[in-house]
Amino acid sequence: MNVRLYSFVSLAFAFLYLPIVALVIYSFNASPRVTVWQGFSTHWYAALIEDRQIIEAALLSLKVATLNATLSVVIGTLAAFALVRYPKFRGRTMFTGLVAAPLVMPEVITGLSLLLLFVASESLFGWPKERGLATLTIAHITFSLAFVAVLVQARLSTFDRSLEEAALNLGAPPWKVYLVITLPLIAPALVSGWLLAFTMSLDDLVISSFVSGPGASTLPMVVFSMVRKGLSPEINALATLFIGAVSIGILLSVAIARRGMTPPTH
Amino acid sequence: MADIGQPALGRRFVIGVPYLWLTLFFLVPFILVLKISLSESILAQPPYGPLWETDANGHVEVKANGDNFAYLVEDPFYKDAYLKALKTAFVSTLVALLIGYPTAYGIARARQPWRNTLLMLVVLPFWTSFLIRVYAWKVLLQGNGPLNGLLMWLGLVDEPVQILYTDFAIYLGIVYSYLPFMVLPLYAAIERLDLTLNEAAADLGAPPWRVFLSITLPLSLPGVVAGCGLVFIPAVGEFVIPEMLGGPNAAMIGRVLWNEFFANRDWPIASAVAVAMLVFLVVPIMLFQRYQARTEGR
Repeated sequence: MNVRLYSFVSLAFAFLYLPIVALVIYSFNASPRVTVWQGFSTHWYAALIEDRQIIEAALLSLKVATLNATLSVVIGTLAAFALVRYPKFRGRTMFTGLVAAPLVMPEVITGLSLLLLFVASESLFGWPKERGLATLTIAHITFSLAFVAVLVQARLSTFDRSLEEAALNLGAPPWKVYLVITLPLIAPALVSGWLLAFTMSLDDLVISSFVSGPGASTLPMVVFSMVRKGLSPEINALATLFIGAVSIGILLSVAIARRGMTPPTH
Repeated sequence: MADIGQPALGRRFVIGVPYLWLTLFFLVPFILVLKISLSESILAQPPYGPLWETDANGHVEVKANGDNFAYLVEDPFYKDAYLKALKTAFVSTLVALLIGYPTAYGIARARQPWRNTLLMLVVLPFWTSFLIRVYAWKVLLQGNGPLNGLLMWLGLVDEPVQILYTDFAIYLGIVYSYLPFMVLPLYAAIERLDLTLNEAAADLGAPPWRVFLSITLPLSLPGVVAGCGLVFIPAVGEFVIPEMLGGPNAAMIGRVLWNEFFANRDWPIASAVAVAMLVFLVVPIMLFQRYQARTEGR
């Protein structure tokens, strides 16, 4: 029973990791034909660094991802507080629905609806004149804040409020209670929420394609246009860099967690 | 109990900011989609007509109509695209469940530190780019790619078989990309099960399959619902996977919406497609929300 079960589990993990390993190997292939091995080379990494289009798109993506993650954490945390700390307020049912809906809304619909909003707003108020950093950030926050809210909500609902009450009874002003007690206790959820929002923003293709204008292509948009019809060895190199960065990030966070920080739990 | 030390202003701020944001950037845009789905496609910027017009005498002429929806119903192209999307999402969800359940079960029953390591390994691919993972399959499935090489080496086929640009490739892509979303809620549900129930059933003489069917499976059902929801709902509207791995005729509805919008610039039809897609998704979304609300209550 157990041998069979864990053979199956191993196969499932092989399935999850095989394509990723293959990309890493092919990224060092000298041949321009991706699947024909012709010896080891780092040529495609050099080509990647010199590709201005990719570098510019990566910079835009990083800007949007950073802005998005930071603002999503702020708004998403407020939403989580509203849901956990205020069991009764007018329109709470709709609020709950609005927070949860972006989690399950198909991306093509979110993208289309936001673009229609930006177009309507441009003809009514003259803003946004052009679609780019601002529209991308607004769109990304709209889907990211829901994920942050879920993470922070989970943390807040297992939160021991007697600590806050004790501090208040001892005469601490509310803002100080928040900064000294509440914030440190929910910090792990804020960190994982920030990382999640950052990653999702960096990864988004569909919504970004709808809400960005000419001249403002994010990294996934450029990658997509390169691989839509064929293969590209440069993309293998890019993927390997991506996987490397993520692995280092995960290892670091494990190391930090080992040193005493409690990891976020579901 | 009064909320400690939260002045009314703070409360208004905490609720108001996210409420305003979501109303402005989620609810209002959706109402716009509804509105435009009822309008006519015209050659202008933006390419849709008004819902009503007022003439010189102040008479209001209503222009809104359901023509776009009638068109969706009449043209079998759209009906087929919806059915194809629902079928693809259904089959992929089922396969993901069949792979995901034993995997989640194995992880939940593994000893520490194995359990945390395996769990992390499930989550890790999610942090790398979705687009790049789909692209990886495009590399693997090439005619002269590694998978065909393996099949020929094993002697299963004599010459490369067409895998890329088939429906099979779409299923594979969806199962692969969404498997972590299936495993995580299943793991959460299985991990918190009370093992003494299994022992009691086994002591009373139930064979292992019986213990699984009458105890483990029913108790982990919330995880099954959540996992299936997280795979099925986005899979219905999926665009990237059919576009990259499917053949040119694999018209799933998400791809149709994309093409109506970007290639045909027919915004009213694209909006109608979006509204109709949501109608199909209302039931699974509500099931999923109910599950979410119940786990929150725990």
